[in-house]
Amino acid sequence: MATLEIKDLHVTVATEDGPKEILKGVDLTINEGETHAIMGPNGSGKSTLAYSIAGHPRYQVTQGSVTLDGVDVLEMSVDERARAGLFLAMQYPVEVPGVSVANFLRTAKTAVDGEAPKLRTWVKDVNTAMEAVKMDPTFSQRSVNEGFSGGEKKRHEIVQLELLDPKVAVLDETDSGLDIDALKIVSEGVNRFKAEGDKGVLLITHYTRILRYITPDFVHVFVDGKVAEQGGPELAEALEAEGYDKYVNAKV
Amino acid sequence: MTVTDAARESVRDALEQDQVVSHLNPPPSYDLDDHPVPTGREEVWRFTPIKRLRGILDGEKSDAHLTWETQVPEGITISTVSAAEARELGELPPSERPAALAIARAGGATLIDVPADFDGDEPLLLHLHGESVDDLVWGQLLFRIGNHARVTIVVSHTGSARYCATTSYVVGDGAQVNVLTLQDWADDAVHLARDAVRVGRDASVRHSAISFGGDVVRMHANVEYAGPGGEAEMLGLYFADAGQHLEHRLFADHNAPRTKSNVVYKGALQGDGAHTVWIGNVLIRKIAEGIETFEENRNLVLTDGCQADSVPNLEIETGEIEGAGHASATARFDDNQLFYLRSRGISEEEARRLVLHGFFQDVIRKIGVPSIEERLTATVEEELAKNVLGGSLVAEGA
Repeated sequence: MATLEIKDLHVTVATEDGPKEILKGVDLTINEGETHAIMGPNGSGKSTLAYSIAGHPRYQVTQGSVTLDGVDVLEMSVDERARAGLFLAMQYPVEVPGVSVANFLRTAKTAVDGEAPKLRTWVKDVNTAMEAVKMDPTFSQRSVNEGFSGGEKKRHEIVQLELLDPKVAVLDETDSGLDIDALKIVSEGVNRFKAEGDKGVLLITHYTRILRYITPDFVHVFVDGKVAEQGGPELAEALEAEGYDKYVNAKV
Repeated sequence: MTVTDAARESVRDALEQDQVVSHLNPPPSYDLDDHPVPTGREEVWRFTPIKRLRGILDGEKSDAHLTWETQVPEGITISTVSAAEARELGELPPSERPAALAIARAGGATLIDVPADFDGDEPLLLHLHGESVDDLVWGQLLFRIGNHARVTIVVSHTGSARYCATTSYVVGDGAQVNVLTLQDWADDAVHLARDAVRVGRDASVRHSAISFGGDVVRMHANVEYAGPGGEAEMLGLYFADAGQHLEHRLFADHNAPRTKSNVVYKGALQGDGAHTVWIGNVLIRKIAEGIETFEENRNLVLTDGCQADSVPNLEIETGEIEGAGHASATARFDDNQLFYLRSRGISEEEARRLVLHGFFQDVIRKIGVPSIEERLTATVEEELAKNVLGGSLVAEGA
């Protein structure tokens, strides 16, 4: 099972002028085997949704609920959420100098599984996951994300997705800043994850481009902190043709 | 001023016949009168707790010494020379009082000779140990490294003393030298040190200063160049616990063209009254065209009650440089790093340990002395265990 259920979610961030509400009542259910795309203009709250699900301390949930298979996610710490089966591929993966990719991946895998992976198969698994996204195995010895190009950082996120094997993956603008080759490689990684069948995917994107490679079951248009419209893949095509203008103007 | 005067002046400027007086770095002198006892208000002394230096700054001659344990690879020799001989052999003259005092009081210098073309993987180890902080010990050391030699030198300090030492590294052309000085003193030791390196033409020198112990450690690491093409990498790592004062003062004097300097110092502080100081001075003289310099200092503040001072200074007298820059940051844990690790299931405590481990490993892996790297990693882990795993850390915004 892998059902992520978001109900009436309200989220604020602290600003100099006091708390500011970014999410204003989001309802979204991602069932096992479903891929949902969230699209929307800049500043509509897409990334806030991703970080709120993952539990970033900057975002305060003021109302609503998030559950994974019926269990309250909001009560969990950031790492508990990951161990419960949530994964966030970040738009800007963070550099951690002096911590090797190999050490990081092994520590994360051990934490998520509750036991250390078997050494012999683990090294092979890491190499396979890296080769699948065309990352040279020498990246294992480099510091986490340090000096990686934008594309390499995103591919490293996909390596983690494959190795940590969560129930639900939230991909926050994983396509941004990628050239067409890298976009294909990253999309293939997400499709391999989807193909496992019992996974949920929440794909957050500004552009329709990635949806040519990853077919969503549902598309939600996000405007001003909530879902303004939803539909099937055809909605993405309409957005491609018309852009976000009608939603943004309608708001005004 | 006549036209001729002006022309003469411009020629003189171009040739740099007059020594350029860097306002941060007074001209060197052996004369103690040129280095009056500081009051603590001087720019170069304002961070230092003068009273805790326990009388070193007006100290007299002393018979006390540190015990030396050495491992000397074949071909390298250690002997004693007079202060005058050390001067003739080209040691770098003192530019502040403790360095001048050490030479005036030491009663002779230890000369370590690494012959030209020496090539050894086995490091030269000098282990200096003090018995008591009541002992006032003066030290004058001169390392003479021949042309094209390749050598690793480790100087470690343990035990306790009031130790004031001046050390010169005169590095021949094309040599490759890796120096590590480790300050692993007992809690009450006071250590004033000046390491100065003159880099030969096309030579490369790495100097790493690691300070964990001592009540007060104040250490200069200076580099200058004997010719073009020299490179210096100045690394540092320090960990100040409650009440400790650890001060590192860097000076890269780019006095020759196409030379390089790269400074990376990283430190952590924990406990009430832990104080670290990092001063990074760089002078790019008019003659030093085409040079590259970068200096970086990062401090991680682990608990309340600590103070980290970090001051980079860049004086540039030529516009013809390849690159010059500096970065300085003093912060608590980086929330974004912790969030990233935790979002992969890693517990908060483990994430902190990883970030800290990485913070130091980033420098340790560059030191290039495998036997010492392991020891340093172990020492860092011990230091971290005092607080980090004890759970008394303060997180950003907590």
